[in-house]
Amino acid sequence: MSDVAATGGPGRARDPATRNRRRYAAERRFRLYGLLSVAVAVAALLALLGSMVARGWSALHQTYVTLEVTVDAETVAPAGRSDAKTLADADYTALVRGALYGLFPEVRARGDRRALAALLSQGAADGLRARVIDNPALIGRTLKIAVLASDEVDQIVKGRAGAGKLNERQHGWLEKLKASGHIGKRLNVPFFTHGDSREPELAGIRGAMMGSFLTMLVTLALSFPLGVATAVYLEEFAPKNRWTDLIEVNINNLAAVPSIIFGLLGLAVFLNFFGLPRSAPLVGGIVLALMTLPTIIIAARAALLAVPGSIRQAALGVGASPMQVVTHHVLPLAFPGILTGTIIGAARALGETAPLLMIGMVAFIVDVPQGLTDPATVLPVQIYLWSDSPERAFVERTAAATLVLLAFLIVMNFLAVILRKKFERRW
Amino acid sequence: MATLPDGVFTPSPAAGGGAGAAPKMTARGINLHYGEKQALFDIDIDVPARAVTALIGPSGCGKSTFIRCLNRMNDTIDGCVMTGDVRLDGQDIYDRSVDVVQLRQRVGMVFQKPNPFPKSIYENVAYGPRIHGLASDRAELDEIVQTSLERAGLLKEVQDRLQEPGTGLSGGQQQRLCIARAIAVSPEVILMDEPCSALDPIATAHIEELIDELRGNYTIVIVTHNMQQAARVSQKTAFFHLGHMVEFGDTEDIFTSPQDERTQGYITGRYG
Repeated sequence: MSDVAATGGPGRARDPATRNRRRYAAERRFRLYGLLSVAVAVAALLALLGSMVARGWSALHQTYVTLEVTVDAETVAPAGRSDAKTLADADYTALVRGALYGLFPEVRARGDRRALAALLSQGAADGLRARVIDNPALIGRTLKIAVLASDEVDQIVKGRAGAGKLNERQHGWLEKLKASGHIGKRLNVPFFTHGDSREPELAGIRGAMMGSFLTMLVTLALSFPLGVATAVYLEEFAPKNRWTDLIEVNINNLAAVPSIIFGLLGLAVFLNFFGLPRSAPLVGGIVLALMTLPTIIIAARAALLAVPGSIRQAALGVGASPMQVVTHHVLPLAFPGILTGTIIGAARALGETAPLLMIGMVAFIVDVPQGLTDPATVLPVQIYLWSDSPERAFVERTAAATLVLLAFLIVMNFLAVILRKKFERRW
Repeated sequence: MATLPDGVFTPSPAAGGGAGAAPKMTARGINLHYGEKQALFDIDIDVPARAVTALIGPSGCGKSTFIRCLNRMNDTIDGCVMTGDVRLDGQDIYDRSVDVVQLRQRVGMVFQKPNPFPKSIYENVAYGPRIHGLASDRAELDEIVQTSLERAGLLKEVQDRLQEPGTGLSGGQQQRLCIARAIAVSPEVILMDEPCSALDPIATAHIEELIDELRGNYTIVIVTHNMQQAARVSQKTAFFHLGHMVEFGDTEDIFTSPQDERTQGYITGRYG
């Protein structure tokens, strides 16, 4: 460092006291730099989290309109039929809208009534439908229920005025509803139970979460056994020659390949050549597994190398075969390191977007995927899609989904630390 | 001919094998290379049964390398090439039909630095019998563990803490645990590569006592750079020097009237 050069080297130095002072000063500065680096990193992290929380917090609540709805027998169960299909097909939306019209008897014209109905969500009657199908005894009764308001209403109630989709009269009606206590906010359950939707108030991350879960399942199922077995073979059994060197270099390089290349590989090989279903967690899982494999192999090799040779010698001396040495002694001791590497690799795969875009997991999927071959999307892609949408209500949902993703990543890394501590053994 | 100072040399009782009994292990014409470098030159040796044979010599003379030939541990080292004939009970152990795993059950090894498995004391001793299928049920396995620990002189000290980790014992206890582990698979030969060099004098004395007891049942080959230890425990001694075996004979003869001047030089402490 420049201080050393400034003192001019041995022999030409100043007196010991000055040298000491400068050395201590240099050490203090060094520590300060370290502290500053940590502070910058923490500040960046806090800024990210803070902005996400600030924006996404409001997504946890949703505006509902409380209405008194009569479950009219004629509409719901015409001609006395009350089987499940008839109940399901009935027009509950009309019932709910009728209740709203009842609050504003002065609104008559069809155009005006349509404007009034626009204050409610298109899926406002879903809750009512579910309740009636569940309990047909409700037919004929008058229920006080809370129905979902439209996303524009929701944004205005949350104080983001200028969500300019409502005209003057709609604003006026909204004010009246507020004044008469019909407007309330509740926990945004649809966010966690619904799949994606064009309507922000009905959109949820459940589809994306299921997609992520299924994809990660395939990823881990493929990459973990393959990665560990490869590492064991390369470390314990393979001869040390040019071929194994070549393999090692290639594996290290694979770990640095941009993830979108894996997406292109998936597109060309798995979708076009093998004809696997597009947008399926199966294909996404295979692509991500290829991406995670080098990480796991490298972490596993490091963990295997860290096991002292004396353990292997002792096991061999007692008469264990090379396979037994590995499975009974080396692998259990290398396990914490392997596990940590796997979880870190999985956490990275969870947040990957680019390769999955290439294989089609960017489509607008409404249904929650049930199996590995159903079309699906994953959480990071969902965030990307929402961030692209014009409706204002999607802004807060994007932030909320980001928070969910971050929560998962934090939990996974935390798990890695705990598991590593738990399985650590002293020699 | 110079001899050791008085009081240092105490000859150990004669070999139990008896004159004329077939040697347990023989080695003929052993030449070993680590890559380009030759480490052993034409070693010929007969290891008598039920006796202790000591291999002595200055550091780097090939003692440890040679002893590792006797249970084929050198197979695990890359670039190590050995030519020559090593026989156990007359059978060539380097023959292609020989199962190395079985060989290592018959010829056990104790290493310089105690290396118990990071498992419980019980598991350390029980591992060998388990993988070789020496016990048909838990009771038999318990029996084997108890016997081995007792023979190794460790049972009294660990009887009530068999489930504790083996790595929690003291150095001397760990080495005795390793000996118990070696005994548990009922070997015929036990190879010991400087077993006491990492231990304090009291632990060393325990191990030497143990070796003396064990030789009634096992053939023991011990590598040591401590001459006095060789004199104390062994019946036969081989002196190694720079990869050659210079002299081999009864311990008493080697230490009182060595034939070769290199042996004499080492024993009198002129070098080594």
